[in-house]
Formats: sequence, structure tokens, C-alpha cells
Amino acid sequence: MKKALLTASAAAFAIAASVGYASARDQIQVAGSSTVLPYAKIVAEQFGETFTNFKTPVVESGGSGAGIKEFCKGVGENTIDIANSSRPMKKDEVQSCVDAGVKEIQEVKIGYDGIVFATDVKGPDWALTPEDVYKALAAKIAVDGKLVDNPNTKWNQVNPNLPDWDIAAYIPGEKHGTREVFEEKLLIAGCKKLGGVEAGKAAGLDDKAAEAACKAVRKDGKAVDIDGDYSETLARIDSNKTGVGVFGLAFYENNADKLKVATVGGITPSVETIAKGEYPVSRPLFFYVKKAHLGVVPGLKEYVEFFLDDQMVGPESPLAEYGLVAAPDAERAAQREAFGAGKTM
Amino acid sequence: MTDISLDTLTTSAARPRRDIGIKKRYAAERRFRLYGVLAIAVGLAFLGVMLTSIISKGYTAFWQTTVTLPINFDEKIIDPSNKRATDPNVLITANYPKIAEAALIEKLGIDPNDKAEVRKLKGFLSDSSRVQLRAIVAADPSVIGTTRNVDILAAANLDSAFKGQIDLEVPESRRKVSDQQVEWMNKLKAEGVMAEHFNTGLFSYGASSRPETSGVGVALIGSFYMMVIVLLLALPIGVAASIYLEEFAKKSRFTDLIEVNINNLAAVPSIVFGLLGLAVFINFLGLPRSASFVGGLVLTLMTLPTIIIATRAALAAVPPSIRSAALGLGASKMQMVFQHILPLAAPGILTGTIIGLARALGETAPLLLIGMVAFVADYPTTPFDPATALPVQIYMWANEAERAFVERMSGAIIILLIFLMAMNIVAIVLRRRFERRW
Repeated sequence: MKKALLTASAAAFAIAASVGYASARDQIQVAGSSTVLPYAKIVAEQFGETFTNFKTPVVESGGSGAGIKEFCKGVGENTIDIANSSRPMKKDEVQSCVDAGVKEIQEVKIGYDGIVFATDVKGPDWALTPEDVYKALAAKIAVDGKLVDNPNTKWNQVNPNLPDWDIAAYIPGEKHGTREVFEEKLLIAGCKKLGGVEAGKAAGLDDKAAEAACKAVRKDGKAVDIDGDYSETLARIDSNKTGVGVFGLAFYENNADKLKVATVGGITPSVETIAKGEYPVSRPLFFYVKKAHLGVVPGLKEYVEFFLDDQMVGPESPLAEYGLVAAPDAERAAQREAFGAGKTM
Repeated sequence: MTDISLDTLTTSAARPRRDIGIKKRYAAERRFRLYGVLAIAVGLAFLGVMLTSIISKGYTAFWQTTVTLPINFDEKIIDPSNKRATDPNVLITANYPKIAEAALIEKLGIDPNDKAEVRKLKGFLSDSSRVQLRAIVAADPSVIGTTRNVDILAAANLDSAFKGQIDLEVPESRRKVSDQQVEWMNKLKAEGVMAEHFNTGLFSYGASSRPETSGVGVALIGSFYMMVIVLLLALPIGVAASIYLEEFAKKSRFTDLIEVNINNLAAVPSIVFGLLGLAVFINFLGLPRSASFVGGLVLTLMTLPTIIIATRAALAAVPPSIRSAALGLGASKMQMVFQHILPLAAPGILTGTIIGLARALGETAPLLLIGMVAFVADYPTTPFDPATALPVQIYMWANEAERAFVERMSGAIIILLIFLMAMNIVAIVLRRRFERRW
């Protein structure tokens, strides 16, 4: 017994010592955005089922930023092949990629994601505008051309058409890709319409600071940052029936029996209104491919082509069924062509 | 002392008794006991709420709705141009879901040409029928052209509806199953064609985007590999380190420093070990990402301090008389340690090891950074292949949008809790049976 244990430990040490381990990786590795994750999973699974000669790709979760960071570690066996992202890659991220030797990156846009406001299913109908969101949730709002601490405590003070509910909004936390869209398409848009930028400048702020003041969310507990996933937001609404939550369109559609969606600017969010560009709060979803790994990691090229195929990202595809808003036909064709031609960033 | 006058004694006896606060002190004790009972009651209440919520949500995950259909492996659908002898790809790419759908259409008595009705069947059967039927044909191509009964999984939404988890009072447009599908479901249920079976898939499937075909198979294997690696590395290293520190090393500033560091390491948040693992094992040594081998190494580092502390405590608890007796009879120090001290300390060491392992089994944070929080569908054949772990699978399912994943998450929690409980019970039994007290 003791001998067996000793031999086993010796074997384990031997394995640990053989750190020069290197055998060709035969599995695609993907990491990044948790918004893109469900779509990537569907494609990865069907890819594995369709191409029986390739293994099913491994898709890590962790967030757009973390995925891109891993992606930009360099080129080679132990770096990932694809980074999923719910926002375009930033300039400094591209630079850090280039510095690490990842010089050729192919950008692929897979479609759009809508961001919706929803309340408990038994609540009244909601119609929001960016101005309402700004007036309800910004830290300071413009009143008569001056920035004042947000005085609103009830939704009907913001807009008489909204119900007499205490303001309680569950919005994506700052590390979420969704947050940026929320700030840009709602807070800043509402702020500009209500003259918040001018009010900021009148108070002696420069352009940038005035915009930052627009998107500063109130910190008095009426707007709650949710750093977890949408399921946490749903749990908050379950326990507070007069709360308002921010969700991805796909999540809302999967839970439509528990949630009621609000219109924004009079438009009901749906795959159709987002595809037409009518619904204002949407964003493109991307993934980034390391060109140096194409042809080296088996199946990588086939995976990307499979992903871009209409049977995956088209309007009647499994991804669309899950809630992805398909890009217009011409745009999808352009994506396929750009990838086929090997266009890099 | 002797010259206390009788007089003083009598007067003191006559005085009322000195108040020593006995009532107050008894009351304080009763209050303290009450606090104790309350503390335990609150703890038990929380435990009860947690277990009830997990079990009530999770027990349904161990059952899965299937539809038993007479599948006609129709040659016209599988291999319309009869090329399978020359091109084996035909059998891989054939439209298997279609033969499952055809069987369902026949069973329900729908007109196959009524396109509108047929379209309503979409989302009734799981798409996994493709893989399932393909496997049957691949195993035995002679099945083509014959009919055989196959248990096809119901799609996740139908499964939830069958288990009564979908509120059918909600307007039809707001839920994922249509009234027509519910009607068909009830019809098949009445015929006994659609029924719940024990969900073996929960233990054998890997990760999947379809709730009905997702399971903890890959996670169980990943966790198993990691536990083996932790045991093989952490136990010998930890025991050797503690024996040296406890029995051989001279007490000096240096050993004191080591001791302080070990105690500190035991309290370091586990994510720090993940960062270390990413920097050392993946970036520096070039080991593969998402591999359970790297996960095992990281968890080894995390478990080592726990094992060293437990082992040192167990060694120190062996009375010095045993050491003196062994040395007195002429044993060398080495013989004393391995033949006398170590066997007596073994129960304590094993208990510490098992508790360390149980902690490692429940960790996700360090695995996040080395890429093990991932969607892995294929079984890992070696510890160098991508894998996940049980708690990771729970975390991944907790983030899913579909309702059916909620029960699977709770089901996986039940599985993990059973493993943890079993390990802790083994630790308790070992301690009870073999521990000696002096």
C-alpha cells in the first residue's frame, strides 16, 4: 500500500516535471463575452455534431475585456483562437495585440443584440423615452439650464404617464458590455435632448466632463448596479414587483411569461424592430479571429464559416430563435466575403 | 484567627445574607443558554431553507420526459439516392430529425401535407434526435428500412410543461409552449407514449446549449482528474513537509517564518492561486488552457497549507513518551517517525486531507482564470484535455436564460452536496474509528 502510494506519487511528479508538454492542439478555444456565449455555444455544439471529424470547440466565459486580453497574449498553441465580444475592440486593445505579436486579426460581426427594459408581468404597460431614463436615473439632471441633484423619487414625477412607483431600477454593472450601450443610447441621448450638456458647460465643465456628468448614475440606491447575470436581475424583479430591470432581448424572450417589456420611444423591442433599426437601444456583437491560427488549429476556418452561414446567423436560424437579431442580408454577405478574403483589422 | 469573638459571629449571622447576586447570575446563565439555542435554531433554519429550496427545485432534474416513438428508418429520407455503400458521409449528414418528426406526425394522426399543423410541431422533440438516431444507424446500418421503438427526448420547454413548471394560465403568446402542443402532450401522456424516465443523461452528457441533453458528465470526469492529482501531489508533499518541520527541523527564526507563511497561505483567497496558476503553469510553463491537469496543480497549491497544518497538529498530538520509548529502544529517528509517530497520526492526517479535498472540490474561483469555466461538450480522455468541474457546471447553468436549466442547476448542486457529504462522513468515520486519545 505504502509502496503503491509512493510509486503513484513518483509518477505524478514525473508528469509534473514533464512540463515541456506540447502536442498539437486539436480543439478550437474561444473565450470572451457572456452575451455572445449562448450563441457561441449553440454554434459550437452544432459544429461538433455536423463535423464529426473535428472536436467540439471549447467556449470560455468571462467577459469581453477578459477574452480580448487572453486573445492578445500572443500567437501559439496555448493562446486562444477566437475572442467573443459584445463591443468593438478598442484601439489600445488592438495595439496591445500587435505588441504581443498578434498582428493579423479578423473581425466578424455576427448580428445585433437588443437591450430592453422590463417589469413584472402583472404590472401596467410601460412606455419609456431616453429622456425619462435620464431624468429618473442620472445623478444630476438639468433643471432650467442648471445641474441639480436628481430630485425625482417616483416614476410619475419623471413622466406623468408612468405609474406611481418608487424608482427602483436594476441596471447592468460597470464591467458589463451592456452598460456602455445603456449609457450611450439612453443616458447621454436623453441628456442631450434635455440640455444637460449645455447645463454642464454652463457650470464650467468641458465637453468631456459634461458628457461624463450625463452618464453618471445616481448613487442613492434608486439605481442598483447588477454585476451578475440577467438571472440576478430577474430575481430582483421577482422580489420587488415595482422594480424595473434591464435585460438582453434574448433573455427577455426566454422569460416572457415572467416579464413585461417596455417600449422605448414608442417602439416595442423585437427582432424585427431592431433589424430595421427602429428600436434605439441595440448593439452589434462580434468575434475576433487570429489569422495566424487559421490552417494551424484544425477546424478553425470551418468553424468561422459555419458560424457565418445563413443556417446559423440568418433570420430563421437557431441563433435568431434564441434572440440574436440577424444582420441585414447584404451585411451578412459582406461579412462572409470579408472573412473569405482574409481581411484583417 | 482564633480570637474572633463569639459576639461578632452571632451578629454577622443575624445580619441579612450578603447579596452575592445568585439570581442575577442564574438569569445570566439562562439567557446565555437561550442565545445559544437561538443561534443554533437560526443556523438550522437557514440550512433548512437552503436545502428545501435546492431540493424542491432540483429533484425534477433527475427525471426527463421522453416520447417513445416507432421510428421508421426510412431509406427515402436517410439515403434517398442509395449512395451509402460508396459515400459513408451520407449517413452522417442525413436528416435524422425528419424521421423522428415523421413518426410523431403519424402517432398524432396529423395530415403530413398540412404544413401549418406540421409547423406547430416545431420544438416538440429535442434536436438531439439527430445524434441519437445517427448513433443507432452507425452502430447497425442494417436498421435502415426497418421500424423500431426509440425513446426520443422531449424538447426542454415541453419537458418543463410536462413537469408542470410552466404556468399555463399565462396568455399563449407569452410562453414557450403553444396550446396545441399542450393538447398533443396530454394526448400522448394519456396513451402512455410520453412519460418521465430516470434521467441518466444528467450524469453522462457533457455541456450543451439544449437543456435536455446537458449533464455533468464532463464535469464529473474533470473533478475526478483534479481530485486524483491533488491527492497524489498534495498528500506526499504536505506530509513530508510537516514531518520535517515537526520532527527534524530545529526551531529557529527561519522555521517560525515558514510557519507564519503557511498559516497565512491557508487564508489566502483562492482566486489568488488561480492568478498564480495562470502566470506560472500556462504562461510560463506552457501547459494547455482549460486542462484538468493545470486545475489539479492549482488546487494542489491551494490545499497544501490545509494539509500541512492538519498533519502538524496530528503529529504534535502524539505524546512525547512514544518518541522517547522508541528512541530508548534503539530506533533511529527515521524509524521512530515512520514506524511509530506516523501510523498514530494517520487518522488526523487523513481527516485533514479529506477536508482539504472537499474544499478543493467545491472551488470555482481559481479555475476561472485558467480557462476551466467553459463550455466543454467532449469528454476529456486525458487530464490534458479541456474539462470543467462540478461547481463550474453549476455556475454556468446558473447564468442560463432557459427555465429548464434552473432545475438542472439545482440537480447538480444536489450531486455536489452528496459528494461533499460523503467525503465528510468518511472523514468523521476515520476519526471515530482510528483516532486514539491519550
